[in-house]
Amino acid sequence: MDIASFLTWLQNTELAVFIQLSSWAFPSIEAIHVISIALVFGVIAIVDLRLLGVASSDRRVSDVTRDCLRWTWIAFGAAVITGTLMFVSNATVYFDNTWFRWKMVLMACAGINMLIFELVTARSMVHWDDGTAAIPTAGRIAGFLSLGFWIAVIACGRWIGFTLYDLPI
Amino acid sequence: MLEFAQGIENTNLSRTIRELLWVVPWVQTVHILAIAVVLSSIFMIDMRILNLNGTTQTMVQTARRFVPWLWWGLVVLTLSGTILIIGEPVRSLVNPAFWLKMTLLLIAIISTVAFQLTLRRDAGFWEKPHRAGTLTRVLAVGSLLVWCGIAVAGRWIAYAY
Repeated sequence: MDIASFLTWLQNTELAVFIQLSSWAFPSIEAIHVISIALVFGVIAIVDLRLLGVASSDRRVSDVTRDCLRWTWIAFGAAVITGTLMFVSNATVYFDNTWFRWKMVLMACAGINMLIFELVTARSMVHWDDGTAAIPTAGRIAGFLSLGFWIAVIACGRWIGFTLYDLPI
Repeated sequence: MLEFAQGIENTNLSRTIRELLWVVPWVQTVHILAIAVVLSSIFMIDMRILNLNGTTQTMVQTARRFVPWLWWGLVVLTLSGTILIIGEPVRSLVNPAFWLKMTLLLIAIISTVAFQLTLRRDAGFWEKPHRAGTLTRVLAVGSLLVWCGIAVAGRWIAYAY
């Protein structure tokens, strides 16, 4: 099955048709998506700003990440589920949308940035955890990139809603 | 209200916002980013009240850390929201979802001010270590639900019109 017929099959599933036809399903899913993504970005930003030395500077980096990351992951899970439901309801159109594609690419970038931080940069965290030593440049770059990628993800997400169909807003 | 909204709609500013097709999506993006700041600040405070987060910090420290972000976020939300209303006044002002949102917002602001006042009067008010009372928990969860309700009602403006 090629991608086009898969997407067509997807948006004709019972679930997809239900979301299309229901008057409340899409707005509800979208509202939960907004709240989830707000928490993903807002809570991860607390970590990013700590890495950049802008906020929470009196707290250990490890304390800040422990407080924040589990909530970010839960919110991210909710955002993926609601995002998938919206995608399924109109799969062929979303797949063709340039903003949607950029959003996916940028999320992948955010993920790679996080992986590099977790697997490489954070290994030396014991040395700069409590703020006596400066956060290494790699850590600050990771915080800066994370903020940038997530802001761009949110911008693309909002633009998807305005470019799905060639309608005047 | 309809006449008032139509009055705004006929101003040059309103027309300009509508004609420049990039204004509304970008202002909405800023609006969502500010929602992220406000919601996450409230979330972290409420998780602290529920003893699920940041228990190494006192409530006063937690409030000092997050409440300023909350108020600045609300300033950005008010400004960006005002631009969106001026752009599409009838869509927002003549809309039950919008007024539900404003009512919930009023409740949320009053409860945030009350939170700050209780802390000022009694720094330990919200901390009965490891045994947060039922009422305290209900208030923390309730506050989070009201703020989420604001976001939901906000998104619903687009559909209730």
